[in-house]
Amino acid sequence: MSEFYNSVYLKEELCMGCINCIKRCPTQAIRVRDGKAFIIKEFCIDCGECIRICPHHAKEVTYDAPNIMEKFEYNIALPAPSLYGQFNNLDDINILLTALKRMGFDDVYEVSSAAEIVSELTRKYVAENKDKWPIISTACPTVVRLIQIRFPNLLEHLLPIYAPVDLAAINARKKAMKETGLPSDKIGVIFISPCPAKVTAVKSPIGIDKSEIDGVLAMKEVYTILLPFMKESINDVEDVSKSGRIGIGWGSSGGEAGALLMDNYLAADGIDNVIRVLDDLEDQKLEQLEFIELNACAGGCVGGVLTVENPYAAKVKLKRLRKYLPVSISHYDENENSNTFWTEDVLYEPVFKIGNNMHDSIKKMARVEDLCERFPGLDCGSCGAPTCKALAEDIVRGVAKEEDCIHILKDYIHRLSGELSRLDGKK
Amino acid sequence: MNESITLNYDVDSSDFTRAGEASSNVKRTLKLMDVDPEIVRRVAISLYEGEINMVIHSYGGEIKVIITPDEIEMVLRDKGPGIEDTELAMKAGYSTAPDNIRSLGFGAGMGLPNMKRYSDDLKIESKVGVGTTVRMKVYIS
Repeated sequence: MSEFYNSVYLKEELCMGCINCIKRCPTQAIRVRDGKAFIIKEFCIDCGECIRICPHHAKEVTYDAPNIMEKFEYNIALPAPSLYGQFNNLDDINILLTALKRMGFDDVYEVSSAAEIVSELTRKYVAENKDKWPIISTACPTVVRLIQIRFPNLLEHLLPIYAPVDLAAINARKKAMKETGLPSDKIGVIFISPCPAKVTAVKSPIGIDKSEIDGVLAMKEVYTILLPFMKESINDVEDVSKSGRIGIGWGSSGGEAGALLMDNYLAADGIDNVIRVLDDLEDQKLEQLEFIELNACAGGCVGGVLTVENPYAAKVKLKRLRKYLPVSISHYDENENSNTFWTEDVLYEPVFKIGNNMHDSIKKMARVEDLCERFPGLDCGSCGAPTCKALAEDIVRGVAKEEDCIHILKDYIHRLSGELSRLDGKK
Repeated sequence: MNESITLNYDVDSSDFTRAGEASSNVKRTLKLMDVDPEIVRRVAISLYEGEINMVIHSYGGEIKVIITPDEIEMVLRDKGPGIEDTELAMKAGYSTAPDNIRSLGFGAGMGLPNMKRYSDDLKIESKVGVGTTVRMKVYIS
């Protein structure tokens, strides 16, 4: 993948050019230029932190409108398990799934049921690949993208298995084609997403050639549409759920790792914690682990920026819903699931590099260090870069100039006015 | 050849929360320079081991990292008790770390052996009661 797609975008008319987002971005992917925020595409990992922090709501996510269903003859909803944790007093998942059908979907294929299959495959993969321990989960696209651009040494640890949503999409399409006899292009596979990263993963997938998902709806939008239908569904509930405790557990952090039925794992959530774990892992400070689950959002997928409920409240709700369910309902079937492993190599993309070769890099790095010495080191953000060092790197990359630093500019004006008054005095 | 860049860091004694700052920073810089990931990994691991050693054993010191097109040299100079028997200190599993350090999960006696393993060249100069200087090199090509 050499083209960068981002689902997070800027609503320019709302942007005030403040420094909130540039300071929060974990990959330093945002600059303020000409009074507006600007996302550097290749640095952005679509984590959505800028959406969370922007006080002016100037950051948004590209997703589809529900009327995308009109494009197809037969539509299948793929609800993420985090959706189940969004509603108050929901005690039966089937009410929610029935409501999805009433809202216009012809069928529902739970991502959590595919997750149970992924869990089963992961258990096998972890056991058979001791040389690659710790295996790092790949269900969170933000984490995979982060590793791809920043942690090249960890690429070999990635779990090369389809994310539950992608497996769900394949299975759902197959099932629909069999049941309806319709050709593939008349069937709409629509995912209900908690986050922007999943939108990106559909448009530019990592590890797989092409996503089978035709559209992505935002959980927060579906939430409001669903509420009235849920009330209607209570008296006429269809029994459609095929998820057990394992599948639904995937909706919050610790669920994926817990499903491996072993103790030797680490589960971290929240993008800063994820980066710390990856840094330590790269330096071999974490030893003797078999599996690492990483979720960019605090709390796991229930913490995604397209969700409605407080992530920790949603986590409790998922726990209640799971309580009396069987451990696992969906199982791997060789005949039904032909391809479950990644088909594409995931290679390092050194997007942050500043030089083309060692000689060039040394020259440029020396200039970065030199510039940093001259900057005040306040990291004030007035130049539009998150830190003085980031500005120095931008200058060396040729996309900013020294006078963007207001302190340098002030000195310059000061010197200039001194010279002017001296010239004036000579007259 | 004066084509090089030098990075300098101070290391405080007994400050575990800051230990690793130098190695993280060097790692980030090397990645910006598009140095081979495997080289970056080896530098980061050996430098972190050295940094931790300084935090545990010394009274503080400084780290100098000199990057040239051919190699990365790390010089870790500290004031401290020095190493009495360098050969013994190089033995895997040998440690003089006190119990309170071991209870933190450090002091397994693998610091110097790991530094030797992950670097291409390791030299130790030490004077008992004065301090220790460790020089490590990782070759780029």
